[in-house]
Amino acid sequence: MDTTTIVTKTRPSIIVENVQKTFLLRHTHSFKEAFIARIKKKKISTSFQALQDITFTIDQGESVAILGYNGSGKSTLLKLIAGVLEPDGGKILTRGRVAGLIEVGAGFHPDLSGRENVYLNAAILGMNKAEIDARFDDIVAFSEIEEFIDSEVKHYSSGMFLRLAFSVAIHVDLDILLVDEILAVGDAPFREKCRLKIRELVEQGKTMVVVSHDTKTVQDLCDRGIVIKKGVKVFDGPVAEAVEVLKHP
Amino acid sequence: MLTKTDPVDLTGFSVPGRGNGILDVFRRRYLLRLLVRKGVSTRYRNSALGWGWSYVKPLTQYFIYFFVMGIVLGRNNGIDNFAVYLLSGIIVVNLFNEAFSNATKSIVDNKALVKKIYLPREMFPIAAVIVAFVHFLPQVAVLVVVSSLVGWVPSLLELGAILLGALIVILFATGLGLIFGAVNVSYRDAQNLVEIIKMLATWGSPVLYSYDLIARVLPDWLQTLYMMNPLTSAVELFHYGFWFSTTDGGLQPPPNLVRDSLIGLLIVLAITAIGQLVFRRFERRFAQDL
Ligand SMILES: Nc1ncnc2c1ncn2[C@@H]1O[C@H](COP(=O)(O)OP(=O)(O)OP(=O)(O)O)[C@@H](O)[C@H]1O
Ligand SMILES: [Mg+2]
Repeated sequence: MDTTTIVTKTRPSIIVENVQKTFLLRHTHSFKEAFIARIKKKKISTSFQALQDITFTIDQGESVAILGYNGSGKSTLLKLIAGVLEPDGGKILTRGRVAGLIEVGAGFHPDLSGRENVYLNAAILGMNKAEIDARFDDIVAFSEIEEFIDSEVKHYSSGMFLRLAFSVAIHVDLDILLVDEILAVGDAPFREKCRLKIRELVEQGKTMVVVSHDTKTVQDLCDRGIVIKKGVKVFDGPVAEAVEVLKHP
Repeated sequence: MLTKTDPVDLTGFSVPGRGNGILDVFRRRYLLRLLVRKGVSTRYRNSALGWGWSYVKPLTQYFIYFFVMGIVLGRNNGIDNFAVYLLSGIIVVNLFNEAFSNATKSIVDNKALVKKIYLPREMFPIAAVIVAFVHFLPQVAVLVVVSSLVGWVPSLLELGAILLGALIVILFATGLGLIFGAVNVSYRDAQNLVEIIKMLATWGSPVLYSYDLIARVLPDWLQTLYMMNPLTSAVELFHYGFWFSTTDGGLQPPPNLVRDSLIGLLIVLAITAIGQLVFRRFERRFAQDL
């Protein structure tokens, strides 16, 4: 086997192979309920298959859109890639630092100042102190909320909050970026800025997986689209066709 | 696209969400530090007394116990320097109770993060235990002042006993906190069990009375069990460290304190290891069950 051909070819960043995800919806939330259910031979849980036999590979530097209707399993798939959830079958492999922007601002604490939150969240996303120090000014500048950076986050408007959270997330040093529905942050000028920033990351060769219902943005940012319908992959190909498949199944 | 004929060089790949547990927590010390700082600084946010509460609450409890046990029930006469005896035991149990219950609640309290971002989740119980430890320090300061007033001048051996006692309590609370914190995600019953364990911790170790009194009423096997309780050893280590040298020697440390402490240390190390294993088993379901 000639390994050099593999190395020079773009290597995959994300490998998803025959992945299954079943959710157990438990009906019991205490020892007593679980015990009684067992005695009465009632079902403790019902299962729901959220993803069925999903297989694909994403190469380094590719930007891929995951499309599908509500409840089709897109967020579940991103959480599996991010390591938040574990698959029940199949396997997932990733290469490099993964930043999952499943929801920005998940780690924000309302009682801390903007500055403290930037540090906390950047650390949560995997940065160390030196890296954050180096990027702090960029993060704040990008969010355009310099004047408020030292006031408590609970006094922010929701747009300001999202700006800061997104700004932290986008400045994390990463190889793979998972974006779930967060392109709709802030007002129109800020959205445009975010879109450009993500474009920039794509051009730098970062691997990107984007979940969005905004087909226009998706076509602008991604080259490839994967359509998921009720947990099954129904299409994988150029993004324009993927959007068509989604609209006219 | 990956096909079966396409050989892929798998070096550098990793399975997302698989870490090294507690080891990863210490690899990400900076985050741990920020989480502890957050826990410490937001704890008394919006309260006028602020950190004063960490003196007021234990002191109130202390005076109630002192009044009931020392004066009403007359322990004051049986135990020399009862005030110091009581205080040094109480702060050990307070540390345990605080650390253990914080750790148990930590995963549920941080559910926004656990559900959305992959982190070594052991981070949360461990940060909770450290926050409790920070909380414990002002109480130690009070104890140092009080026992100095009655002539306490620490020797190396006494300091060693204090450190060993604190270590036992911290490991004990961490191990139990990992187990209960993990179970609490699916069964909130865990939180109520914690209340019972906290009560047992207070009354099941020689804090409010002396170990020789319990020895008189318990059958042999139960007495052995009582002395094996790592908390008993930790409390007696604190008694030895802060109190014993200030007394007339009427109440000697338990005869096998060294042996029992080492056994206690082994027990809590085992519990921490078990805690880690249980935690890892349950961890796979955290994000979906919360
Ligand atoms: N933790 C969970 N426990 C049980 N069921 C879940 C859980 N998370 C997701 N599901 C179920 O899995 C299915 C897929 O959910 P998912 O969030 O992946 O959808 P989605 O494609 O992201 O939808 P949307 O477009 O609305 O964001 C849904 O039916 C949902 O009810
Ligand atoms: Mg979703």
